[in-house]
Amino acid sequence: MQLTPVLSAHWDEPDSFTLDGYRRQGGYGALPKALGRPPDEIVQLVKDSGLRGRGGAGFPTGMKWGFIPQGDGKPHYLVVNADESEPGTCKDTPLLMANPHVLVEGIVIASYAIRASHAFIYIRGEIVHVLRRVQAAVAEAYAAGFLGKDILGSGFDLELTVHAGAGAYICGEETALLDSLEGRRGQPRLRPPFPAIAGLYACPTVVNNVESIASVPAIVEHGAEWFRAMGTEKSAGFTLYSLSGHVVRPGQYEAPLGVTLRELLDLAGGVREGHELKFWTPGGSSTPLLTAAHLDVPLDYEGVGAAGSMLGTKALQIFDETTCVVRAVLRWTEFYKHESCGKCTPCREGTYWLVQVLDRLERGEGTEADLDTLLDLSDNILGRAFCALGDGATSPITSSIQYFREEYLAHLEGRGCPFDPVAATVFAGAHAS
Amino acid sequence: MALTESTREEMRAIIARYPKPRSALLPMLHLVQAEEGHVTPEGVALCAELLDLTTAEVAAVVTFYSMYKRRPVGDYHVGVCTNTLCAVLGGDAIFAALKEHLDVGNDETTADGTITLEHVECNAACDYAPVLMVNWEFFDNQTVESAKELVDRLRAGQEVTSTRGPRVRTFREVERVLAGFPDGLAGEGPAAGPASLAGLSLARQRGDTAATAPVDTPPAAKEA
Repeated sequence: MQLTPVLSAHWDEPDSFTLDGYRRQGGYGALPKALGRPPDEIVQLVKDSGLRGRGGAGFPTGMKWGFIPQGDGKPHYLVVNADESEPGTCKDTPLLMANPHVLVEGIVIASYAIRASHAFIYIRGEIVHVLRRVQAAVAEAYAAGFLGKDILGSGFDLELTVHAGAGAYICGEETALLDSLEGRRGQPRLRPPFPAIAGLYACPTVVNNVESIASVPAIVEHGAEWFRAMGTEKSAGFTLYSLSGHVVRPGQYEAPLGVTLRELLDLAGGVREGHELKFWTPGGSSTPLLTAAHLDVPLDYEGVGAAGSMLGTKALQIFDETTCVVRAVLRWTEFYKHESCGKCTPCREGTYWLVQVLDRLERGEGTEADLDTLLDLSDNILGRAFCALGDGATSPITSSIQYFREEYLAHLEGRGCPFDPVAATVFAGAHAS
Repeated sequence: MALTESTREEMRAIIARYPKPRSALLPMLHLVQAEEGHVTPEGVALCAELLDLTTAEVAAVVTFYSMYKRRPVGDYHVGVCTNTLCAVLGGDAIFAALKEHLDVGNDETTADGTITLEHVECNAACDYAPVLMVNWEFFDNQTVESAKELVDRLRAGQEVTSTRGPRVRTFREVERVLAGFPDGLAGEGPAAGPASLAGLSLARQRGDTAATAPVDTPPAAKEA
């Protein structure tokens, strides 16, 4: 297994986030090449590359661009989703901190391809230094003529607005993000119509994740074949895998799609010393939990799907045997309850009841029948709301009951949690090593 | 603290960034917090006036988003991540210790008005867990002891610097940046923290690059 740093290749340069630092590594080299070709060729190139959305759903990026109607007389918009909030997900944040210009270059290319003249970066508000770095990069790009009127003499104009959110997980959902960007409560819209037809201000809009757009300049520079040579047949290219939790060297590992957790853990020094893997998420808390039995599952869209979960955001949260799975699941469920926007009844009411039931189970005050209630509730939430937040809320519950039913029962038999929370902390780990 | 003519001018400048005025509402509310310390009824009324909305329409937006505060916030908003991964790795212990140390509950402000303590959801720094935020700047790899020392320094008026960013500014100063008025501090802090470089460092040691990936393998061969 080989690491393939592309997006992260120069993050160890002290000025990698500046225009000078980016250009020294060949940055903005793809832009004139793209602007010198017809827009439809760029769309086709991205289709040919096999690039799939890195925000979780894995929808083919080029196909999304191809859905934008042309010659319709309406303004088109590109909106970059930088509202990184899925629990465990921490890839776009370091990317934007260390290399915001690769996103800006990707935005100009993508906007040219879909014939948009105004693009937006919607950044979650709770990380102000990411916002600073992106604001500065956009200002530098304007000053250098990579944004604004007649970019590089091509006749193409693009305005780019940096927009800070205000704290709402649901705004990572693309239609809620659009409502939020329109100055409203961030609540998902019913589809169809999809954003490609009626998105921002009811105009054709592409919403793409940061990492997806940031991958575009390298594809333009090196070609679709180069990109497809990495990864697997249906999951092409490189991507950022984020390891966190009970692992020796947590962090970002850029590798071809299809590596396994066993390979990544090997690189990251393994589970912390003296402990063993208990459960993990392949792509954030909304993706069903996996266990040590899944160490050799290829981490691509198909492989993780076949294992009963989803690749999601490739946020690999690693938990060892000191972690109480009931506590972990309760906390995630409290998160979904807090972040449910309230629009759809199954999600709004369902997450509320899930917390009630899980809470009493964790305190050892529930009954075995509560497990059936949890599964029944989950069944009534899944697929019954406008967006996937409610679906995500059921993932940790159904998967943890599937793999760790005995642990739920142990809470009932022991009339409380059998785990010592101190043993799971990094402070305890420090004493052990 | 008051909303002045210059606030109106800045709000008009925010509105000018967007094809449609209402899109400016979120940054305008950040600007209200920069001026007033929280979202006041006067701030809601001004946004409504400039965007031709009712105050009820603006208030409906304010109440949806967790960063908008409807009560005065201390100079320093301390957010402890207690989502699952940070909680398990020590965030719960840190949050409990800070509540006791500062003698406040969740979303409460110390008697001296310096610190508002709140538990926050996942802040996209899981590889640096446990994490806490001060005025939305990262404080990575925290312990109970480091967190207590941090808030003690803030209360004593001493300088505190983010592990991946600048010296911490006040809540109101940071809200100006969120409203889209840069503070010139983008160059502060490292390009990337240690965990962000974990894979790249290893790639350098091993000589791994994307360019050395098997570019000559045709896609058809991989399908086999």
